[in-house]
Amino acid sequence: MSARPLTVLIHTCAALLAASCLAATCRTGLEERSTALAFGVLVTVGELSRWTGARVREAAPLAAAGALSYALLGEDAGQATHHGAPQAVAVVLAAALLGSVPHLARGHGPELDHLARRVLTVGFAAVCFQPLYSRGVFDAWHGAAYALLLLALLALTALCDAVLAAALAHSRTRWPFGPLLRDELHALLGIGSAVCATGAVMALAVAVVGLWALPVFSLPLLLTQLSFRRYAAVRTTYRQTIASLARATEIAGYTPAGHALRVASLCRAVGRDLGLTRPELSVLEHAALMHDIGQLSLVDPVPAGATAVLPTAEQRRIALLGGAVVRQTGVDSAVAVVVERQADPYREQPVAARIVRAVNAYVEKARDAGPGGPLTALEELRLATAEQYAPDVVESLARVLARDSLTLPAAG
Amino acid sequence: MEAVPRRARAYVACTVLGALFCLLPLPATRVSWSAVALLALVYAACEQAAARWRVAGTFYPVLLAGAFLLPPSAAALVALPGALLSRADQRPRLPRRGRRAAQLVLGVWAASAVHGALGGRDAVVASDFPYALAPAGAAVLAFCLVLTALDGGLRVLTEHVPLRRAWRGLFVRSLAPVAVHGLAGLMMAVLWRSPYGPVAALLVLLPMCVSWWAFAQYHRERAAHQATIRALVQAVDIKDGYTRGHSERVGQASMMIARELGMDDERVEVLRFAGILHDVGKLGVPTRLLRKDGPLTPEERRVIELHPEYGHEMVRGIGFLGEARAAVLHHHERLDGSGYPYGLVGTQIPESARVVAVADAFDAMTSTRSYRRARPVPVALQELERCAGSQFDPRMVTALVRALVRDGWHPAVTAQEEPRVPAPPAPVAAPARAHP
Repeated sequence: MSARPLTVLIHTCAALLAASCLAATCRTGLEERSTALAFGVLVTVGELSRWTGARVREAAPLAAAGALSYALLGEDAGQATHHGAPQAVAVVLAAALLGSVPHLARGHGPELDHLARRVLTVGFAAVCFQPLYSRGVFDAWHGAAYALLLLALLALTALCDAVLAAALAHSRTRWPFGPLLRDELHALLGIGSAVCATGAVMALAVAVVGLWALPVFSLPLLLTQLSFRRYAAVRTTYRQTIASLARATEIAGYTPAGHALRVASLCRAVGRDLGLTRPELSVLEHAALMHDIGQLSLVDPVPAGATAVLPTAEQRRIALLGGAVVRQTGVDSAVAVVVERQADPYREQPVAARIVRAVNAYVEKARDAGPGGPLTALEELRLATAEQYAPDVVESLARVLARDSLTLPAAG
Repeated sequence: MEAVPRRARAYVACTVLGALFCLLPLPATRVSWSAVALLALVYAACEQAAARWRVAGTFYPVLLAGAFLLPPSAAALVALPGALLSRADQRPRLPRRGRRAAQLVLGVWAASAVHGALGGRDAVVASDFPYALAPAGAAVLAFCLVLTALDGGLRVLTEHVPLRRAWRGLFVRSLAPVAVHGLAGLMMAVLWRSPYGPVAALLVLLPMCVSWWAFAQYHRERAAHQATIRALVQAVDIKDGYTRGHSERVGQASMMIARELGMDDERVEVLRFAGILHDVGKLGVPTRLLRKDGPLTPEERRVIELHPEYGHEMVRGIGFLGEARAAVLHHHERLDGSGYPYGLVGTQIPESARVVAVADAFDAMTSTRSYRRARPVPVALQELERCAGSQFDPRMVTALVRALVRDGWHPAVTAQEEPRVPAPPAPVAAPARAHP
């Protein structure tokens, strides 16, 4: 199925919504300018402090929370507000555009996905809330009930955002939609819940104390953002360190250069295709990077590091040695288990070990076999699915290779 | 573990008595007991969650919200159940929990008293901003002062640190986080008194909890990361038997030089890593050559001299190492251009590499190798000074000498290392050469 039109559809919807909201706001003019300005500044600051680089779920939590709370703002220091849904979208859009100027100037491309998601989620929240609020539908909801109502609306918005994000990622990468959506929903528990709670609290706090609530409450959320950023940074360096530990075998001449990285990236792709969760994927990737590390303990290098052609008993011995080395490194012990069991028959293996085994064998067989190598290698793997390689993993590998145009999908 | 000193015990007893005195007027206080119970419950729950995530530190927003909402003795009561149920890592557990609870009771009591005296509680009820920020700020200051004063007092009694040093560091470090917690607490208090009630107030805690969780994850991941780096180094140590512990010591000496040169903390840390990882390329050199006793043939020497390039090849993908990567590549260059791999001259050699070169040579001379015994520190320093200018950067050598004169050389002894024998002064023979 061709998935690219999905991106175009989402972007068009966002553009239409943004254009109509801007037009409506231009016609009627801005209501409550100081409130609009304050929230605009908050969203701009949030966008300015956005992460770039590290792969994270919500790059600008402060901007997201500020935008949502403006969409759900019903009162300002006890006075009812009159900005409708169009103005909420227009102000957030303007602030987000303004906040992304420095990112553009630094040469990061315009993040259309990010903008589209922001516009659509704010539009959704504002359209759900503002018309009903100004018609007095929520007048019966007092006190705690009103707070819970806002929270429920935000939860709904967050769900929509997760679906949007998963759809965009699916369209961009063509990974299966289900696991992507599951990952997005799982991330809602972390920073997503903090954004929702902050959005609700800001709307309520502005209703009680006025605009002073904004700076007072931005600070704790900035703290959250900082912790997440540090967490993301240390994860990145950790991955780099494991990758270079993995290269020890290459430097020492046990395996060909680039082998570990190649196996790891293919494993990740297969893992995605099979719908592994994020934590499982990270264990898989680390294990794939270090799958050959047991060879460091060998006296004589295996010719070209090709373990797939060795007798099974020898393969298992090297795998166990590798597991022992990995256990010493302080990496998650799940990684050591995968490395240890990579040479077992597939029916006894955990799924990550099956993937590592099949992918490693494919890479080793395809490496020096010339132009027809990949196809022959895949065929050999298919013939050995009785005992050594899991059939579903091999098929998934074939799909991944076909998708990346690395080789033609072999008829089978 | 030695018994708690008697003075410290008396100090803790006084603290507990003070806390009890704070709680004394409770029966006569008119207060909403359900609010006290709810806050105490939430605080205890947060403490338990912190224990599960292994976060160091206390969850102050709830306590400070209590201080902003309730009269002093009732606010102090909020801290009691959570602190008494909290986890104590070291023995004796009961006195530790008691001390903690008493400190928090006193701190919250002081905060609430200051806040009430400045008319903060009325400001919270009327949500009178920005005035409400002033009493809240004063209360945060009082809270911080009391807690750090009590902690500092105990440190003075048990560790004999001078009072001012014990207290000032604690106070400065804890003020910023407590201030952020204070803002969250103020928001909680305002929302609690608003028509939206306690439900809205508890929502404030969610982002704080998430931030905490992320912080705990960060620490876990960082520990794992450091363990992995150590594993890289251990892999070298396994191959190269007689340099055991060498990497850690070179890291330490590099750190001393960097600090003496007045580099900022971040750069000092990077140079420590540079020292630790400088020989990581030996993973690529055949074990037989590394362990060979006796002189090497020119052929073998050339193979061993490839290790800086191997090492650079390994670590160049690790972003945070920064200039440490250049140090790994160039730590065998000499100022006069006779080093390897590129034969760079003078300032062409990166500064980090010049630091590591001196640290490496120093440790190579002062530790015992299979082919010779360790030389004493002064002899090694003389040797370094003799080669300064031709082989080493004189600035780095001077810095090392100054640092060693002031602090002495106390290399961290790793577990596998044999105790070092004090070596007799060896006659200065061959020019200082860092082991190849």
